Amino acid sequence: METIILFAPLVGAILCGFGWKLIGEKAAQWTATGLLFLAAILSWIVFLSFDGVTENIQIMRWIESGTLSTDWAIRMDRLTAIMLIVITTVSALVHLYSFGYMAHDDNFKETESYRPRFFAYLSFFTFTMLMLVTSDNLVQMFFGWEGVGVASYLLIGFYYRKPSANAAAIKAFVVNRVGDFGFALGIFGIYMMTDSIRFDDIFAAAPGLAEQSITFLWTDWNAANLLAFLLFVGAMGKSAQLLLHTWLPDAMEGPTPVSALIHAATMVTAGVFLVCRMSPLMEYAPETKMFIVFLGASTAFFAATVGLVQTDIKRVIAYSTCSQLGYMFVAAGLGVYSVAMFHLLTHAFFKAMLFLGAGSVIHAMHHEQDMRNYGGLRHKIPKTFMMMMIGTLAITGVGIPFLYIGFPVGFAGFVSKDAIIESAYAGTAGGYAFWMLLIAAFMTSFYSWRLMFMTFYGTARGDAHTHDHAHESPLSMMVPLYVLAVGAVFSGMLGYGVFFGHTDKVGKFFGVPYAEAGEPSAAADHEATTTHGAEAAAPAAEDKHASAQAEHHYVLTGAPGVGAIHAGPGNTVLNDAHEVHWLVKLSPFLAMLSGLGLAYQMYIRRPDLPAKLAAQQAPLYNFLLNKWYFDELYNVIFVRPAFAIGRFLWKQGDTKTIDGGIDGLTMGIIPFFTRLAGRAQSGYLFTYAFAMVLGITVLLTWVSLTGGAN
Amino acid sequence: MGNILSLTTFIPLLGAVILALFLRGDDAAAQRNAKWVALVTTLVTFLTSLFILANFDAANTGFQMVETRPWLLGLQYKMGVDGISVLFVMLTTFLMPLVIGSCWDVKVRVKEYMIAFLILETLMLGVFMALDLVLFYLFFEAGLIPMFLIIGIWGGKNRIYASFKFFLYTFLGSVLMLVAMVAMFADAGTTDIPTLMTHTFATEPFSVLGIHIAGGMQTLLWLAFFASFAVKMPMWPVHTWLPDAHVQAPTGGSVVLAAILLKMGGYGFLRFSLPMFPVGSDVMGPLVLWLSAIAIVYTSLVALVQEDMKKLIAYSSVAHMGFVTMGIFAVNQQGIDGAIFQMISHGFISGALFLCVGVIYDRMHTREIAAYGGLVNRMPAYAMIFMFFTMANVGLPGTSGFVGEFLTLIGIFQVNTWVAAVATSGVILSAAYALWLYRRVVMGDLIKESLRSITDMTRRERAIFVPLVAMTLLLGVYPALVLDLIGPSVTALVGNYDTALASFAAASQFAAH
Repeated sequence: METIILFAPLVGAILCGFGWKLIGEKAAQWTATGLLFLAAILSWIVFLSFDGVTENIQIMRWIESGTLSTDWAIRMDRLTAIMLIVITTVSALVHLYSFGYMAHDDNFKETESYRPRFFAYLSFFTFTMLMLVTSDNLVQMFFGWEGVGVASYLLIGFYYRKPSANAAAIKAFVVNRVGDFGFALGIFGIYMMTDSIRFDDIFAAAPGLAEQSITFLWTDWNAANLLAFLLFVGAMGKSAQLLLHTWLPDAMEGPTPVSALIHAATMVTAGVFLVCRMSPLMEYAPETKMFIVFLGASTAFFAATVGLVQTDIKRVIAYSTCSQLGYMFVAAGLGVYSVAMFHLLTHAFFKAMLFLGAGSVIHAMHHEQDMRNYGGLRHKIPKTFMMMMIGTLAITGVGIPFLYIGFPVGFAGFVSKDAIIESAYAGTAGGYAFWMLLIAAFMTSFYSWRLMFMTFYGTARGDAHTHDHAHESPLSMMVPLYVLAVGAVFSGMLGYGVFFGHTDKVGKFFGVPYAEAGEPSAAADHEATTTHGAEAAAPAAEDKHASAQAEHHYVLTGAPGVGAIHAGPGNTVLNDAHEVHWLVKLSPFLAMLSGLGLAYQMYIRRPDLPAKLAAQQAPLYNFLLNKWYFDELYNVIFVRPAFAIGRFLWKQGDTKTIDGGIDGLTMGIIPFFTRLAGRAQSGYLFTYAFAMVLGITVLLTWVSLTGGAN
Repeated sequence: MGNILSLTTFIPLLGAVILALFLRGDDAAAQRNAKWVALVTTLVTFLTSLFILANFDAANTGFQMVETRPWLLGLQYKMGVDGISVLFVMLTTFLMPLVIGSCWDVKVRVKEYMIAFLILETLMLGVFMALDLVLFYLFFEAGLIPMFLIIGIWGGKNRIYASFKFFLYTFLGSVLMLVAMVAMFADAGTTDIPTLMTHTFATEPFSVLGIHIAGGMQTLLWLAFFASFAVKMPMWPVHTWLPDAHVQAPTGGSVVLAAILLKMGGYGFLRFSLPMFPVGSDVMGPLVLWLSAIAIVYTSLVALVQEDMKKLIAYSSVAHMGFVTMGIFAVNQQGIDGAIFQMISHGFISGALFLCVGVIYDRMHTREIAAYGGLVNRMPAYAMIFMFFTMANVGLPGTSGFVGEFLTLIGIFQVNTWVAAVATSGVILSAAYALWLYRRVVMGDLIKESLRSITDMTRRERAIFVPLVAMTLLLGVYPALVLDLIGPSVTALVGNYDTALASFAAASQFAAH
């Protein structure tokens, strides 16, 4: 079944991309979409019936050289199962949505068949993304990793006539390659230290790596820390974390369904997935974990500040994505991988929905993306407005604080984001990460509501004609929004128990053994944890209303690699997060409220205020508007020097020094030889042939004089 | 089947002789006949070479299908293949029909052109199969003559300069290699390559002009061979002949040059330098590693600013060959497996890229990047093929380009992490220059008036690309096809190398006491 899920999108891509001339455009699109829905349904079956026990399915041999052995294979565990449903569900919906969205496109002529190409790329992307998450070794993961990069490149540059789209596509690929540079070095290092690149072997060796050192470049490093760090560099690129984030906003040049699928819900979360997948290694790399937390928190903050002032509706959401990914990394870096996956899951629903909703707005407004030309759209496109509202409620984290009925009551973001903020408080003792995330939560609320107010409230701005013709999107575009809305509302509440609930529930869900605190080794060897879990859950059930009491008694145990995630000895963040002060639990809610209040003040009550503020704080405003000048900086320190050095090496190195030197040298030698041969006029070819014959003659003479070959 | 190797080697020569003797005139019919004779000959050669592959036993690490017969002046004619060489033979026979197919539109002196390629094929095959020093030298050096003619007669405007450069470089290298061969014969008393591989050349260090030479005689011999092979590869800093040669060469010539001739250097390192001069290789290895790492970064940066498509791809070839030399001198299983794989894969990919340039050169008669732009609008099939090979060229997993790069890098990482890190940064630069080229040529709107009526690839052109696409994908997805064949031979090579070094270390320790 997993194999069908994996290859259905590939078959769809091939049939659609190459077969559309035979079966027609529409049929090709339906083939790709149909196969994706098949994959999605099967994924849900797999997810719901999955028992938590890791399973490996070998497909075919791949790279084998000496002790290096790689297969094409599927590793089926809870992480894979979660990613399967996220990817296939969003992808299937995006395929469906694209029927409407891509029906007419001014970037192409009427006669051009761009639609099958678009669907083929989408399906191809889905295939590579599935390869990434189902891999049982690092190299296959790298295949998926680069594969999604290519798909992303092709889709960002889909409007190939637009120079900006082409530039953005190259930027995305090259910046990702910077991350891949680290990822690749990490793979090499892991192979050197563990003699394997298969997850099972790496996980088993992980505790040992913490004790070993590795010589890399100028000095010795702790092996676990260095290797985890190198892998994380890959994650930074793919998940657009600070320093390697510059490609993500530009990637919005691609068609909006692409932004929803690739640059919000799936591909950009691959980095988070990588860190969670490598949790057994991460748990033994404390410094790297600290760095991940630091970088994630910084990114969450940075991206949110930039999001405050952007005017392109897609760019606001893009920076929001960047920021939310920072949240996930904080959770992963703290060692609460289940919470990181939780936010990944809920975020996929509400962010895909926001993007598709934005796409619906853009569709309605004839591809106008500047929010300054929106306004008052809630009357024109009420259904889209409702959907965007649900998405905004979800991302800003609206819910009812302290109401707990087996789970907290609120939209998806309320549950999962608060879980991260509480974990951040518990894991860093109220340090940097907590405050950064809290401030980011405030800003998230502000820019999300700003987006809503500017788009749907107030008076219509911009081209009157466009506003007059604003129309609700077709059903094929609205159905995906409805489905995602269900996820955005309920996924947080439904997922709470198994992602961030009692430790025993989390352990059971991820197939990780757990034990009562104080007797950590008791259940360590239990392959199947069900018996123990059932006994343990009984007393917990009695106490379920006192939310923070029961789980205190359990910690995740087990050897690294047993189950989908690993918690090292002493990692109690999951428990501690429930024990934080009530003010901490309330803080994200307060941040959300104040963000909403400020946005309301600035964009509903006093719409003149933003412009005044921007003028008053011009340096700050420009700093944010220009995204902290990262692009300009990189241009000056990387891009232009690369071209300048290239030109220098070419003209000065190759042409002048090497060629000049050799030409000069040989100008002296060659005439000598040619004179010697007495054939100065006969051209170089003859000289050469002559020299060769001469050489062979010498060799032959020598050999035969001294007795032949034997 | 006792002489299958000779048969394969000389079928092309036979074709050339038939053309030379029996084909008269230069009218359209004669030209067509010449092309068909050449195509059939290369196809038959390919089919014959399949018997070599079928008879090849990968588990046997020695030379197989060996033919020995006496030759003039008491010399021996000896041919054979092992896991190192058999795939180069296959690469050559596989590519030649495609090369001939790509020359279909040549109008000038077609018969001679075909003869040159057929002779070239014989000589290239000979290089990979020869098991006698003299025979090897003969094939190795003679192979340059047809290539020379191909550039010099059918080349571009500046062909004389290119030939001149080509000559200078190879000449100097050859002289040194010849001297070394004489010295080897003097020392070992035989020109038999398998015997020479088991011969231990003197390693006592000595001083020349006050310079202490570690590894003694072996190092000197190694250097002499290096001079020749490094030029052939080409390695930085003796690479500058290649871009010029490529720019002037006709499409078919470029394909052969990039896909097959460059591999002779790598093959030479594996056949001579490592097995015959292990101590010399050990002494000089770090130098090669650094030259390779520099080559990768240096030529990638230079490729970034090229204005001529062929030059850009030529520089990219130099960078890719950097991975090869790096892998070879990592001297471990992954490194050498990767190096051989990279050479085979580069044969398909660079060949295809030069063909891609050829396709539009045939239409517009310029290779200048600035003359193009927006081709995707008129040539969607071409855009797709070019995209595929651009991605293969940057080492995308799933294409054969990845496997070679990955294995050489994982091999070198175990030896020297500095070199590994510098070389790995090449993956960033290669993405930059390759996609930048693609963007300027293929992407964008079609605004240039001259390109308005450009046509997409013909059926013939597509047919040439199909086998290349297939091989690139097949080897990328199932590299075991190659790795299974070369693995045991590489294991033996690495094992012998390590043994030789260990006994050398023991001996020098003994001497020290």
